[in-house]
Amino acid sequence: MAAEMHHSHFSIWFYIGALLTLYGALILGAGIWQISHPPAGVVLQHLHAGIWWGGFLLAAGLIYLAAFRPRRS
Amino acid sequence: MTMTLAMAVPVRLLNLHPVDWVIIGVYFLATLGLGFYLKRFAKTGEDFFLAGRQMTAWVAGLSFLAANLSSLELMGWAAASYEYGILATHWYWIGAVPAMLFLGVVMMPFYYISKTHSVPGYLQLRYGEPTRMLSAVCFAIMTVLVSGVNMYAMALVMKIMLGWNISFSIWVSAITVAIYVALGGLRSAIFNEVLQFMLIWAGAIVISVLGLIDVGGWGGLVARIHAEFPGQDYTHLWRGLGSFTANPMGVNWTGIVFGLGLITSFGYWTTDFLVVQRVLAAKDLRSAQMAPIIAAGFKFFVPFIVVLPGLLGLAVLPYHLVGQTQASATGAYSFNEVLPLMLARYCGPGLLGLGITALIAGFMSGMAGNVSAFATVWTYDLYRPLIERRAARRGLIRGQLSAAAAADLPGTGDIVGFSGSVPEPPRSDKHYVSMGRWSTIVGVLVSIGTAYFVMQFASIMDYVQALFSFFIAPLFGTVILGMLWKRTTGAGGFWGLLTGTCTSVSMWLAIKYNPAALAYVAFSSHAQAMAANLYQALWSGVVCVLVTVLVSLATPPRPEAELTGLVYGCTLLPDEGEMKLYQRPWFWAAIVFTMLFIGNLILW
Repeated sequence: MAAEMHHSHFSIWFYIGALLTLYGALILGAGIWQISHPPAGVVLQHLHAGIWWGGFLLAAGLIYLAAFRPRRS
Repeated sequence: MTMTLAMAVPVRLLNLHPVDWVIIGVYFLATLGLGFYLKRFAKTGEDFFLAGRQMTAWVAGLSFLAANLSSLELMGWAAASYEYGILATHWYWIGAVPAMLFLGVVMMPFYYISKTHSVPGYLQLRYGEPTRMLSAVCFAIMTVLVSGVNMYAMALVMKIMLGWNISFSIWVSAITVAIYVALGGLRSAIFNEVLQFMLIWAGAIVISVLGLIDVGGWGGLVARIHAEFPGQDYTHLWRGLGSFTANPMGVNWTGIVFGLGLITSFGYWTTDFLVVQRVLAAKDLRSAQMAPIIAAGFKFFVPFIVVLPGLLGLAVLPYHLVGQTQASATGAYSFNEVLPLMLARYCGPGLLGLGITALIAGFMSGMAGNVSAFATVWTYDLYRPLIERRAARRGLIRGQLSAAAAADLPGTGDIVGFSGSVPEPPRSDKHYVSMGRWSTIVGVLVSIGTAYFVMQFASIMDYVQALFSFFIAPLFGTVILGMLWKRTTGAGGFWGLLTGTCTSVSMWLAIKYNPAALAYVAFSSHAQAMAANLYQALWSGVVCVLVTVLVSLATPPRPEAELTGLVYGCTLLPDEGEMKLYQRPWFWAAIVFTMLFIGNLILW
């Protein structure tokens, strides 16, 4: 899985990792903000799904970034 | 797939926050950025149309699956699950996974070894030019039509969910897809599809997880559905299929097993170039075989993000959703809105943006699949043989080509293909890459035109779905007989495909103008539209096979030497060499098949 783009300089998984990291940070931040500003009409708000899912995406993204970071050939 | 375009009541279901807009905006930038970056790798025809045949099994497999996971797939099957219950899972477990495994284990070697650029290209090698032309023309028309209808349906969904202007949704999404596919070709489409696959799962799975927590797990879900809908079986896969009247779909097991499992799904997953093109881009035969098997493994779990939200809607929504016609008349919510409703129920800011991004990603992956497949079929199966043949004839008149070279051009002599043994037509590879880019843009523009055209027709979606099914069901009979039976002839393939398609069209017309015909086509007057489609496909497949066999037996066979690399029994498959058990495609296919068996038993 490491060398997905043979002629390119980085792996598609690295790119996905960067996007997941960014999304994870955004969703985690929004989830933390919702502790003090709970949205109306959302069921199970007390579970703070944004925090858990944002944290998971952030962790997954960082793992992908580390595992598929560009290396000198 | 069951959505109609009649949902014209603009009711805004969701409100986005700034963080949601940022998430959606980042997604568009990410897809475009990938397209611009990959432009440098799309220099030759092989690069542009087949991604250089460099894709690993994982990339090709996830792309193979994502090209099918359009927003219509997500929202349509969630709607179907609310309407028909867990029976919708059959479209995944019976209707997709076995066909994908069959493609990987049995059919892929022939597609891959023939080095064809497309499915019509394989038909040309196996049956000759007329069958290729019939197949390519139908596919090109279907592709842009379906792409346009998907585009309009998606824009309508965005209007209903978010209040977005329809033209804004159509043009922004279409231009984005056109840019990244035209720049990077299939490689860009494939890498973006992998990205979209990840986002679809990341955005959609939240609904299912939170929904299951909400109802107290699977047991709680079943109990709530039974309490809400007493006397109706929404939670068993097979128990209600003994008769036409014991299930919400009005179908019995023969329609599911033969119409769906044997004809429709095998036709779509093994011969529709939209998905097969992704696997043809694999770097070697083993990767090409593993790609659909990996995709099948993930496909097994897709009901978790598509069917389960529909079932959760049955259990937790405080009102009952209704059919589209009734919804339009009364202002109630329709089946088609179950996924947005569940999204609004469980997702706050941030997660909502991710969910909307998942739907947009689904739309764009489906559209990019259609557009890249259209560009390839147009360039290699329509433009190249027709235009180049005309150019060759003109060149012959002017004395620019030798008679020998002209005799080898498509349509002027023996069956030829693009396997490397064919003399290059008098156009450079660069010319075909340029044609691929322009046909991508033209394909998107025609799709946009189709999207505006279908706004005038409330039920055009039904017609397009029917058109799509006309060709796919008989095509499977044509391809599989060509691959597995060396006695099949060019005339047999052509007439089988043509009569199979005509049979499907005739039955559709018969039911449309005389609903009583349904009792004969689908064996029951209780059959719903989806059940009728299954039996229509079954009959057209049967007619295709019968005509192909009979005509082939009445016409002289092709010499076996011409069938090398194309047909079972005439092709020496490459030795896999020393390989550990877990590296063999059939090993993983067996594992997925076992999962399938156990899943069906558990939800029997």
